[in-house]
Amino acid sequence: MRFLVKRIALMIPTLIGITIISFTVMKMAPGDPTSLMTDLNPNMNEEAVKRIRAHYGLDQPWSIQYFKWLRNMAVLDFGRSFAPDNRPVIDKIAERIPITLLINILSMALIFSVAIPIGVMSAVKQDSMFDRVSSLIVFIGFAIPTFWLALLMMILFGVKLDWLPISGFRSLNYSHLSSVGRILDIGKHLIMPIFVSAFGGLAGMSRYMRSNMLEVIRQDYITTARAKGLDERTVIFKHAFRNALLPVITILGLSVPGLIGGSVIFETIFAIPGMGQLFYQSVMMRDYPTIMGILVIGAALTLVGNLLADLLYSWADPRIRVSD
Amino acid sequence: MAYNKILLIVTLTLLAVSLGCNEKSAQTSPAKQGNIAAGSIPSSPTTNGPSYGDMLINGSIGDASVLLPVLASDSASGEINGLIYNGLVKYDKDINLVGELAEKWDVSEDKLKIRFFLKKGVKWHDGKPFTAKDIEYTYKVYVDPKTPTAYSTDFLKVKDFRVIDDYTVEVVYDKPYAPALGSWGQGMLPSHLLEGQDITESPLKRHPVGTGPYKFEEWVTGEKITVDSFHDYFEGRPYIDRVMTRIIPDLATMFLELKALSIDQMGLTPLQYVRQTNTKWFNDNFNKYKYLGFGYSYLGYNLQDWKFKDRRVRQALTMAIDRESIVQGVLLGLGAVTDTPYKPDTYWYNQNVKKFPYDPEKAKQMLAEAGWKDTNNEGVLVKDGKPFEFTIITNHGNDIRKNAAIIIQRDLKKVGIKVSIRVIEWAAFLKNFINKRNFEACLLGWGIGIDPSQIDIWNSKKTGESELNFVNYQNPEVDKLLDLGASTYDREERKKYYDKFQEIIAEDQPYTFLFVQYALPIINSRFHGIEPAPIGIGYNFTKWYVPKPLQKYTIQP
Repeated sequence: MRFLVKRIALMIPTLIGITIISFTVMKMAPGDPTSLMTDLNPNMNEEAVKRIRAHYGLDQPWSIQYFKWLRNMAVLDFGRSFAPDNRPVIDKIAERIPITLLINILSMALIFSVAIPIGVMSAVKQDSMFDRVSSLIVFIGFAIPTFWLALLMMILFGVKLDWLPISGFRSLNYSHLSSVGRILDIGKHLIMPIFVSAFGGLAGMSRYMRSNMLEVIRQDYITTARAKGLDERTVIFKHAFRNALLPVITILGLSVPGLIGGSVIFETIFAIPGMGQLFYQSVMMRDYPTIMGILVIGAALTLVGNLLADLLYSWADPRIRVSD
Repeated sequence: MAYNKILLIVTLTLLAVSLGCNEKSAQTSPAKQGNIAAGSIPSSPTTNGPSYGDMLINGSIGDASVLLPVLASDSASGEINGLIYNGLVKYDKDINLVGELAEKWDVSEDKLKIRFFLKKGVKWHDGKPFTAKDIEYTYKVYVDPKTPTAYSTDFLKVKDFRVIDDYTVEVVYDKPYAPALGSWGQGMLPSHLLEGQDITESPLKRHPVGTGPYKFEEWVTGEKITVDSFHDYFEGRPYIDRVMTRIIPDLATMFLELKALSIDQMGLTPLQYVRQTNTKWFNDNFNKYKYLGFGYSYLGYNLQDWKFKDRRVRQALTMAIDRESIVQGVLLGLGAVTDTPYKPDTYWYNQNVKKFPYDPEKAKQMLAEAGWKDTNNEGVLVKDGKPFEFTIITNHGNDIRKNAAIIIQRDLKKVGIKVSIRVIEWAAFLKNFINKRNFEACLLGWGIGIDPSQIDIWNSKKTGESELNFVNYQNPEVDKLLDLGASTYDREERKKYYDKFQEIIAEDQPYTFLFVQYALPIINSRFHGIEPAPIGIGYNFTKWYVPKPLQKYTIQP
């Protein structure tokens, strides 16, 4: 329990440190939110530029800007976006999180449910035909550029066969559908994006699983189990698999922040208004409050994810349980 | 991608405003008037005549940012705002200024006062009447120091604003200012919904109310924006019932959506126009249009750099660059070479300026006259012991500019000039290079405003940091001509000043003017009534229609 409190207390200075570094790096990038509106715009005069800069508080030194931001952050006020829409940052993030979360969870579930069996089978039948073919396929998935695969699938399933919608995540008549219709509609739209994003992630997970499994199989207690005369199924699934699965907890923990991060490339190509697009556009526009908002949430989730992984690990594996 | 959006925003700021005003029409068609008079709402008797109904789905690479014209400076917002709002004046299909919300206007003898007489019976989308009070409010918002707007400059020139009566206003200027009239084409805002509020936090930013042909229906961030026809529109109910803008950030995806017939309209790239849409299927299902866009690309020389100080050198550089082959190679022929900073098919363009056509031999000769000779036979010209080499910078994310720079590099190598190319991210490009004058030559583009005034780009005094005359062009005669042009209302007299200005600019060659690109819209062929004109195709949008038998969507209210 003391351990837990200490861990959580340590997270606060870490988080503040992350925000200072992020803020500094962000401010070091040339340009600011007003450039888009004011630079190379013949309608702009000096007076107007000053006015706009003052409106966003950019006329003050950046340390003051940071402390103002931090003070608001302390009461969970993310501020308003510097983009021309000037909306609360929290609204902008909130409207994009559900779809990003849905895609990431589904795609992670797909990766785990396909990659783990592949990894285990490859390890058990090391150097067999199955091992080689599955390695080839997962590496092809890893190597194929996302946008290219996405375009090919769109041409085949969207234009030629006309089975699936090409882009977006719901139909134009979505609001007129029944609730079952709505789920089917979103499902249809998400088949391609989820397949594309999962295909690229198979390699990492399955190779990781394979090497874990190989390592475990070589352990003495597996030899012991076999020597006891247990049948191969029990050896692999009861004794080896469970132990090989332990490090996956770490991966799960590390994936938590990734759940709200989206990929710019596939969100752009599938026209899905998710977090990746929002972050990319905010960076391009130097929309400081939105950038900081996303970074803070990401950083907080990373810390929470690490903590969760540690806790789960010590729960699952008595060998590394920290003594109080 | 977002990048393209940013470029669009910056180079086409002027364009967005002007197009915004053009998406409405003054044309009348007999069939439609009949319907209005009879009070009947749907369809005309003939099967192929204009009839109400259907929806147009438009593809856009970027989402709008804010649907209040005073705050919006991006082209995506500009297009939607153009359907929702009206200005007092607008440009018609031949780019002449005509009244929109103003019935007519009088300019006083001394050119200092403009009196606008408003149309009567114009309604806001919520049914309230449009009056002089709205104009007064709009003017005040634009000049309010608290409003973060990119368009205050023209309105700050107003000395006095008077409401004469409900349908008459008068504006007074310090000195005659010809672009003033056009500046009243900015979208008018509803005072009864905005008065006394902080405009930056108004709900109208996302739920706009205007006087235009379409009223706001729905905006799903990052997905789509829907507007529906306004039945009480003062120029008559638009035929197309609904316009939906779908946000598809990737041009390749958008093109596939077009092929799947899920969108009706998009702007094509030259490659898509020439190579990918020339099939029978496309010709049966779509109509393609092309017209010169309101913008040009140029190679600007830093005139403070010793190499470019000599006018003969700049003229020679222009002659050494095969601009026609840039248009062929980069734009696949879908552009026009230009010699002045105006659009070649408009009234203001001067055809008779001195031209410097591609002639590498003559270019070499002129460079030799200016002292640049290949003395050591290494293929690079030398003067005062220094070789002729320089770097062209351009911004990241614009392949047309990058490829044009590569062709220029090849052309100049032939006359013995060594060119390097540097492509830089947009914000860094502006802050660290253009604004600091830290460049030798830059490849960029300008939007061409509908009004010919270009003081900000060419005036000798506009050379300060982050001002627009970043090549540091200084010519007192040009300053005088531009001032005269801006204070003259008479079109023909004005044209004389700008003609002379173009002659001087063409002779001086502070830029090598490269090309004007074609805008290449493609539209589903079920839409009828589209008549391309010098201003583009959007000007008579309210008169586009889908004949009843061809209508694809039924709009459920």
